[in-house]
Amino acid sequence: MNRIFKLALCAGVATLVSTAAMAAGMTVGFSQIGSESGWRAAETSVTKQEAEKRGITLKFADAQQKQENQIKAIRGFIAQGVDAILVAPVVATGWEEVLGEAKEAEIPVVLLDRGVEAPQDLYLTSVASDQVKEGRVAGEWLVKTVGDKPCKVVELQGTVGSTPAINRKKGFEEAISGHSNITIARSQTGDFTRAKGKEVMEGFLKAENGGKDICAMYAHNDDMAVGGIQAIKDAGLKPGKDILVVSIDAVPDIFAAMAAGEANATVELTPNMAGPAFDALEAFKKDGKQPEKFIITESKLYTPADNPQGEYEARKGLGY
Amino acid sequence: MTNDQRAVLQATGITKTFGSHAALKNVDIAFQAGEVHALLGENGAGKSTLIKILTGAYSLDQGTIRLDGEEVSFATPLQAQALGIGTVYQEVNLLPNMTVMDNLYIGRQPRRFGLVDRKRMEREARAVLSGYGLDIDVRADLSTFSVAVQQIVAIARAVALSGKVLILDEPTASLDAAEVEKLFDIVRRLKARGLAIVFITHFLDQVFALSDRVTVLRNGQLIGTRAISDINRTEVVKMMLGKDLALHHGEILAEESEVGETLVSLRDYGLKGRVEPINLDIHRGEVIGVAGLLGSGRTEMARLLFGIDTADSGRIAVDGRDATIRSPRDAVALGFGFCPEDRKLDGIFGDLSVRENIVMAMQARLGWFRALTRDEQMEIAGNYIEALDIRTASAELPVKLLSGGNQQKVILARWLATDPRFLILDEPTRGIDVGAHAEIVRVISRLREDGLALVVISSELDEVVSYSSRVVVMRDRAIAAELHGADINVARIVETIASHHAEAEQ
Amino acid sequence: MRAQSLSHLFSHQVIALAGVLLINWMVFPGFFDVTWKDGRLFGSLIDVINRGAPVAILAIGMTPIIATRGVDLSVGAVMAVAGAVAATFTVAGHPLVVTLAAALAVAIACGLWNGLLIAFLGIQPFVATLVLMVAGRGLAQLITEGSIVTFSDPALIFIGTGSLLGLPMPAVIALLLMLGAHLFVRRTAMGLFIEAIGTNRSAATYTGLRSRSLILAIYAFGGFCAGVAGIIAAADIRGADANNAGLWLELDAILAVVIGGTSLLGGRFSIPLSVLGAIIIQAMNTGILVSGFPPEFNLIVKAGVIMIILILQSARLGEIVAAIRTKNPLGRKTP
Repeated sequence: MNRIFKLALCAGVATLVSTAAMAAGMTVGFSQIGSESGWRAAETSVTKQEAEKRGITLKFADAQQKQENQIKAIRGFIAQGVDAILVAPVVATGWEEVLGEAKEAEIPVVLLDRGVEAPQDLYLTSVASDQVKEGRVAGEWLVKTVGDKPCKVVELQGTVGSTPAINRKKGFEEAISGHSNITIARSQTGDFTRAKGKEVMEGFLKAENGGKDICAMYAHNDDMAVGGIQAIKDAGLKPGKDILVVSIDAVPDIFAAMAAGEANATVELTPNMAGPAFDALEAFKKDGKQPEKFIITESKLYTPADNPQGEYEARKGLGY
Repeated sequence: MTNDQRAVLQATGITKTFGSHAALKNVDIAFQAGEVHALLGENGAGKSTLIKILTGAYSLDQGTIRLDGEEVSFATPLQAQALGIGTVYQEVNLLPNMTVMDNLYIGRQPRRFGLVDRKRMEREARAVLSGYGLDIDVRADLSTFSVAVQQIVAIARAVALSGKVLILDEPTASLDAAEVEKLFDIVRRLKARGLAIVFITHFLDQVFALSDRVTVLRNGQLIGTRAISDINRTEVVKMMLGKDLALHHGEILAEESEVGETLVSLRDYGLKGRVEPINLDIHRGEVIGVAGLLGSGRTEMARLLFGIDTADSGRIAVDGRDATIRSPRDAVALGFGFCPEDRKLDGIFGDLSVRENIVMAMQARLGWFRALTRDEQMEIAGNYIEALDIRTASAELPVKLLSGGNQQKVILARWLATDPRFLILDEPTRGIDVGAHAEIVRVISRLREDGLALVVISSELDEVVSYSSRVVVMRDRAIAAELHGADINVARIVETIASHHAEAEQ
Repeated sequence: MRAQSLSHLFSHQVIALAGVLLINWMVFPGFFDVTWKDGRLFGSLIDVINRGAPVAILAIGMTPIIATRGVDLSVGAVMAVAGAVAATFTVAGHPLVVTLAAALAVAIACGLWNGLLIAFLGIQPFVATLVLMVAGRGLAQLITEGSIVTFSDPALIFIGTGSLLGLPMPAVIALLLMLGAHLFVRRTAMGLFIEAIGTNRSAATYTGLRSRSLILAIYAFGGFCAGVAGIIAAADIRGADANNAGLWLELDAILAVVIGGTSLLGGRFSIPLSVLGAIIIQAMNTGILVSGFPPEFNLIVKAGVIMIILILQSARLGEIVAAIRTKNPLGRKTP
């Protein structure tokens, strides 16, 4: 008898405590993939900033590229009784069970940046960018910039077969289709890296009459663009003038290049996935408002008109 | 080509050649039901080749195998096994991570409704093993039991599978005395059941304790098959080593009085489990011949002297000064050289040229930076190729293309180039042709005359007698006797090697 | 005999390189155009030696290792570590000498670590170096905190992008390193000892060779080479990219050594031929870039060409060809 009473009391206290915590702001668990890229590091720091801004207590877990670590972290969050969980899933499959556990514990889960192959009722919403749109925005910028002039484009692709490479290529091609003055003359993979971007661009420059025939370079990410810019300079041409440079991601170094007049445009893949996620969560907690299932972040275009030096300074500290 | 009517397994005219090397030459052997038949011979005698042929692991070049009078040929060990020939090796070849009963029944599990009937399997396994005096939990992993138990399980499996001929290849090598006794009981029981048992061992005591007949092979040839009651230990040793007492030893080349001062002095120098503490003085200008059967500790002593193994007791002094030998490098620094028993494995650098092989030890002594120029190397190599009459088309030929005898001379040249004081030669004439053989014996004598100290290990007793100033006989990992002067003859050496077993019998 | 067999090998690599270059010229006629631009040579051929330099340098270090029957899988990761150290040091304001010394010291330490595991603890080289292959990249990420550490010290950048007598610095460094290493192993007894250990480790020990120290030394040298390659790779892009610098280059380096005729089973080796192997690989890479093939074919084309090269230099094929020539198939004795 006595024991049961004590248990009941404990449960009552626990309920009280959690209610009090909710009143002071939510506690949110965040299972991050790792820190495999600068963008990922920036996402982590922006998420922390966003949480702090809103008075949310963030519990952070780095999965070091392993799904098992993520599942462990999520179970830990459930055991701790957090109010919500953010997950940037390292792979798309194998989430049903652990997401089911979260649902059973009535903890809403928000997916960041990548989707999963699981029934949609297992998570509240997912926040991600639209990669096809990113490519399209880059393409539209080029179409607008060159007008009717003929323009031979060289493309530095991401890793062969990767989703962003496929989507960003598709979006760009959609944007330039119907503009026969713009053609993709060469397209090779630079593996999303600076070194390979530089090497591939060196090859393109040799193959296209020392670069004189190239009107623009489109890179699937800024890192490859930065490498490509160096190659263009080494070939004695002026990046940004002799060859237009447009890329995707909006990392600090591309703003530095833009400030130096060596890059012309970048499309932002925002590291701020957590902002919209927290907005949705707060609305949901407050009055149970179901957010949209797929929240698409903005794919904002930046050009030298957007104060690149200022953007560089603002982003430098984010861990890119 | 006698036809043994009682033989279960009879092999006639077995010949097997590897390349140009004849491993077995026209060997006849027959195993009878209800006998334990010991197969003896030193390394390279052809025992394992014969066993591999009888169990289907090797094909034979010539000869016939009859099982129960029917001519058979095995393409694989599985066929031999199915026809009734089971083998148990020294290293138990079962599956240590599976249970005892799985090991007994793997591939032939009792089934019930198409599924493995584990209950029945357990019951039967228990019954089978109790027949071997073994009462153990057959559901436990095999690896949880001692080697002796594993050995018995292996025997039980082999008998159950085959049941006519059981070949035991050095089954007692890693067993203690009580375990050996237990194993012998089992073997006697199997013999009583009418199995033919082939027993391979190096221990003469065990041969006489267990066997009914013994067959000796030497250099791939059948020396003879005898009933154990018709033969004594000394005769067996003679058969194994190929010594005829009637053959008188050659002249004794070195009188002990001629030898120089002490170069290497061993006091209680030994390594537990390998070599019992040794006391020996080795003088300049003397050849110490080392005789003993395989496993007597002769190679182990050489390894200890050269620092391949490190002694854990006693002292060694070189030129009157205490020395520490923890590696071949230490030994080389003291002016030692070593021609190992296994030339191919430990001696030659097969792909490197004769020149490089010859200069290697000298260059190792000089170190990384004082490199011999190519001209210097050519000169050194050329000198020794001439001095030792190394037959090679060119000093630049990869040494692996040379004959065994010439390879041995290259290794010898390698050490002579370092101007050594003390050479250890382990079986320097094994597996080399007659001509090169004689030359190496001559070189040994010449080096002794030049004042080198030499320790020469050899199974060729005639040879040992011909060049040794003294002969050390090893037995059971210790020096059993030292023979001087007139005692240095083949008969005396053979007696000394065999004597221990005679003593043990008394 | 030896000179003969080496010249025999040499011809294989030269033929392979000539073949690859010829194909490059066929798919891109401007391949051999070299012009003088801003005080340096400019052209696809120059790209080949410039881009091939890091792998060539790795191959210089990998050759003695493979010749002793070892392998170093960690060189790519060590490149990343060295690049990360160099970048953080230069960003922290240290002078070039200190930066280079620190990066190379860390790289050599990595090599020594591998050598210790292999020579003294007797761990299989494949496993021992796998440890650092994984951990090294993690270490590099730790140093750079996951981001690309960019720098602007012109002296450091010069190592990756400058030129000497019109030739790109990386190529100059690779060439000097190759000559230095080659002369060192052949003028000292090192080369002989390495080949001895690779041919028969047991016999080497019995002969009184210091096998362990030698193995330690060559893994340290492998680390040093990886360090040099890492500094070049970082200087080339003016930043240390811990995630991608040197990624999978250990495999290219091993391939270069194998194309160069050193057997994975140890023994005879040639550093210049390994460098030639690296150049062959890069000639192929550059050829693919200028050819305009879709990138989906990159790996297949590469694999195909490498297969042809390796088949051409296989000993067995030589025997078969010789047998066919003497009309005595597969060397069977005629009755």
